[in-house]
Amino acid sequence: MFKILRKEVLANKINLFDIKAPYIAKKAKPGQFVIVRTDDYGERIPLTIADFDREAGFITIILQEIGRSTYDMGKLEVGDFFLDVVGPLGKPSVIQKYGRAICIGGGVGVAPIYPITRALQAAGNHVISILGANSSATFFGEKMLKAVSDELYITTNDGTYGEKGLVTDVLKRIISNDDIDIVFAIGPLGMMEAVSKVTSLKRIKTVVSLNPIMLDGTGMCGACRVEVGNEKKFACVDGPEFDGHLVDWENAKQRARMFEKQEKVALTQSCNCHSKGEGCNV
Amino acid sequence: MSKKEIVKKKYDMPLQDAAERAKSFTEVALGYDMETAVLEAERCLQCKKPFCIEGCPVNVPIPDFIKLILEQDFAQAASIIKEKNSLPAICGRVCPQESQCEKHCILGKKHEPVAIGRLERFVADWEMQNTPELKNPSIPVIDQKVAIIGSGPSGLTCAADLAKLGYKVTVFEALHTPGGVLVYGIPEFRLPKSIVAQEIDKIKELGVEIRVNSVVGQLWTIDELMQEEGFAAVYICTGAGLPYFMDIPGENLNGVYSANEFLTRVNLMKAYQFPKHLTPINVGERVAVIGGGNVAMDSARTALRLGVDNSYIIYRRSEKELPARLEEIEHAIEEGVEFKLLTSPIEILGDEEGRVTAIVCQNYELGEPDVSGRRTPIPIDNSTYTMEVDSVIMAIGQGPNPLIPASTPDLKVNKRGNILTNVAGLTSIPGVFAGGDVVSGAATVILAMGAGKKAAESIDEYLKGLRN
Ligand SMILES: Cc1cc2nc3c(=O)[nH]c(=O)nc-3n(C[C@H](O)[C@H](O)[C@H](O)COP(=O)(O)OP(=O)(O)OC[C@H]3O[C@@H](n4cnc5c(N)ncnc54)[C@H](O)[C@@H]3O)c2cc1C
Ligand SMILES: Cc1cc2nc3c(=O)[nH]c(=O)nc-3n(C[C@H](O)[C@H](O)[C@H](O)COP(=O)(O)OP(=O)(O)OC[C@H]3O[C@@H](n4cnc5c(N)ncnc54)[C@H](O)[C@@H]3O)c2cc1C
Ligand code: SF4
Ligand code: SF4
Ligand code: FES
Repeated sequence: MFKILRKEVLANKINLFDIKAPYIAKKAKPGQFVIVRTDDYGERIPLTIADFDREAGFITIILQEIGRSTYDMGKLEVGDFFLDVVGPLGKPSVIQKYGRAICIGGGVGVAPIYPITRALQAAGNHVISILGANSSATFFGEKMLKAVSDELYITTNDGTYGEKGLVTDVLKRIISNDDIDIVFAIGPLGMMEAVSKVTSLKRIKTVVSLNPIMLDGTGMCGACRVEVGNEKKFACVDGPEFDGHLVDWENAKQRARMFEKQEKVALTQSCNCHSKGEGCNV
Repeated sequence: MSKKEIVKKKYDMPLQDAAERAKSFTEVALGYDMETAVLEAERCLQCKKPFCIEGCPVNVPIPDFIKLILEQDFAQAASIIKEKNSLPAICGRVCPQESQCEKHCILGKKHEPVAIGRLERFVADWEMQNTPELKNPSIPVIDQKVAIIGSGPSGLTCAADLAKLGYKVTVFEALHTPGGVLVYGIPEFRLPKSIVAQEIDKIKELGVEIRVNSVVGQLWTIDELMQEEGFAAVYICTGAGLPYFMDIPGENLNGVYSANEFLTRVNLMKAYQFPKHLTPINVGERVAVIGGGNVAMDSARTALRLGVDNSYIIYRRSEKELPARLEEIEHAIEEGVEFKLLTSPIEILGDEEGRVTAIVCQNYELGEPDVSGRRTPIPIDNSTYTMEVDSVIMAIGQGPNPLIPASTPDLKVNKRGNILTNVAGLTSIPGVFAGGDVVSGAATVILAMGAGKKAAESIDEYLKGLRN
């Protein structure tokens, strides 16, 4: 059992949890993730370790309510427990002194980009952060990222906060008159694909963090397989970070739709069997 | 023993009706009742030189326990089986007896062998239902800690044996439930999970600590377990969990699963009770399972139980070469699994949404026997044809998971990634032992248990050496 020590609502349907997990906190590195389960009926849900405190023994996760499982999790409060938290999983980000780095976080991707940004700055890089969201209602993370970036840009699709437009608009502008050594991009698949297209023109090394459907997270099931450079990779053990210029994006987008129909059923069923079932008919 | 008429055939195992059970996840084989068990036990000749024992990888004292069944001393029968085999309720159900103990039974030369597996299951089930007083042998406490990595049959056996000797044993398991393949792979209808849970509870009663959600290689390296966490010895038994794919076109379409994914969703995550349990599965109306082993049979029979119209097994050799347990093949046929033998897929087709629509197959014939004695399948030219299916399950084998070797540079592995050990189970690192599927490659429950037993002996020897 893993106790929730703190909860904060960062934006519409975006929650932050500090969870007591001393062993994981001791080992976690930027770029790694955990798999959590709320109760005996729950799915195993992968979530990035957005932060960790080795001394106090907790990890931070930030999750967006997009389907039944993340919706259930959003209802947990301080003092509640996650039944299972396993990690740290996946390979850590490769942090070194690259020179000038751009970190792009789109939507809830702002959460996982944070520890990478912090580590890159600590390693002596000049870090430029670009954060994007649909609108001000779903935007979060400005203060967090500001503290660990040398420059910070914000965009919203509808212009309700920061610049109106997409993260790639800012990215194009920066790389047209600045020499950039590396780009880290985390967000929706379409955003990471668009970033990779932009940077490929100037051959800027681009690291993306893929978030395919997962089950065990240890390389045992192959559910998370992605095509990278025409090879099958298991994102949970070979990734989740890959070279954005080598990812087969069409296949990644197709595989994300694997259980579309079932996800809708799970979301709309009103059940009383589920321990926290009240009101799950959203 | 008085001369008596030999009953030529095994007494039948009562089974759930085939049509009924193909829709249900409850156990297929129902087990002998007491009368039948005693009758079957009477068939045993109580050989002076019992060949059956040689066929059992852990040398269960077969005639002795069968004699105790005749005497209706089931508690004692259970007790002597357990000296050799700590998971008899499981082995009685899943051992491939026809190629092990029963293969060597002298009766089998002319008639059917004694139903050793069914008798073993009967005794183990009797013990579970009647839980006789635990004889509590006062265990000497030894102040040395052993880490066991993986809670499959190999790890559980090793843990039980070491705990009985007095060691402090901690089992680390990556998943949220212990049991390895016994819980995530082998389906409920063949091995009820409550049986596995009871066996595990007994091992916990011996003082073994099981830590789930603990991925060694990520949370701790082997070196850290020994240097920082104070474990004097380590047993690596992480199984053969890495699924193989065929590398044919279309394998990344939606609806193509590895058998591990399919079975884990259904067994461990209980997707057959979706949406009460939230993990989804979607196989459509027609499923093609590629492969011919236990994993393939389990997948095809599980698919039937999810309500598909057609469940096909596609296997490139003939029926004779099917590597699955005989009983599983028979049960699969009775339940309505359709076999496409001497056939192999060459491509999977999909629609514009990326969902599986069909599988393109090619016919095969059998050529000369290869080094292993099995006849090599050879593709027949111009014999391709297309079968409409909604999903494809790959059950063509598994390799060892590379997490631990990747984080343990000094650990020697072979080309396929299996950990190398000497006969005692010792790896290239002092104090680190390995066994089960991670060493042998995908094998059987009882062989994994045998390796666990052997490792427990070796670890005891090794730790004794450290104490002196
Ligand atoms: C390595 C990794 C790290 C992740 N880190 C985070 C994180 O830090 N914060 C966070 O909020 N989420 C993160 N995710 C995504 C998160 O796991 C999914 O949002 C979650 O599994 C959805 O479950 P659900 O039952 O709520 O929604 P579902 O009902 O499963 O899905 C609802 C909708 O979302 C889509 N969807 C499903 N899975 C994903 C996915 N993995 N990514 C994008 N869309 C998806 C579906 O197609 C569907 O349209 C991560 C995923 C991975 C693999
Ligand atoms: C579907 C299926 C059906 C089968 N049917 C039969 C049958 O009928 N009869 C038979 O005799 N055999 C059968 N087998 C084979 C048999 O199950 C295996 O040979 C046996 O389980 C191997 O045991 P093991 O202890 O070596 O490994 P496993 O049972 O594979 O257990 C290994 C455990 O280690 C854990 N692990 C892996 N890596 C780590 C890590 N880094 N840290 C912590 N934990 C880790 C895994 O999660 C797993 O729980 C079947 C196998 C399958 C897949
Ligand atoms: S453990 Fe398996 S091989 Fe040994 S006697 Fe029992 S059923 Fe036969
Ligand atoms: S070989 Fe067969 S008949 Fe002889 S002791 Fe063993 S089980 Fe009994
Ligand atoms: S999630 Fe199962 S192999 Fe990656």
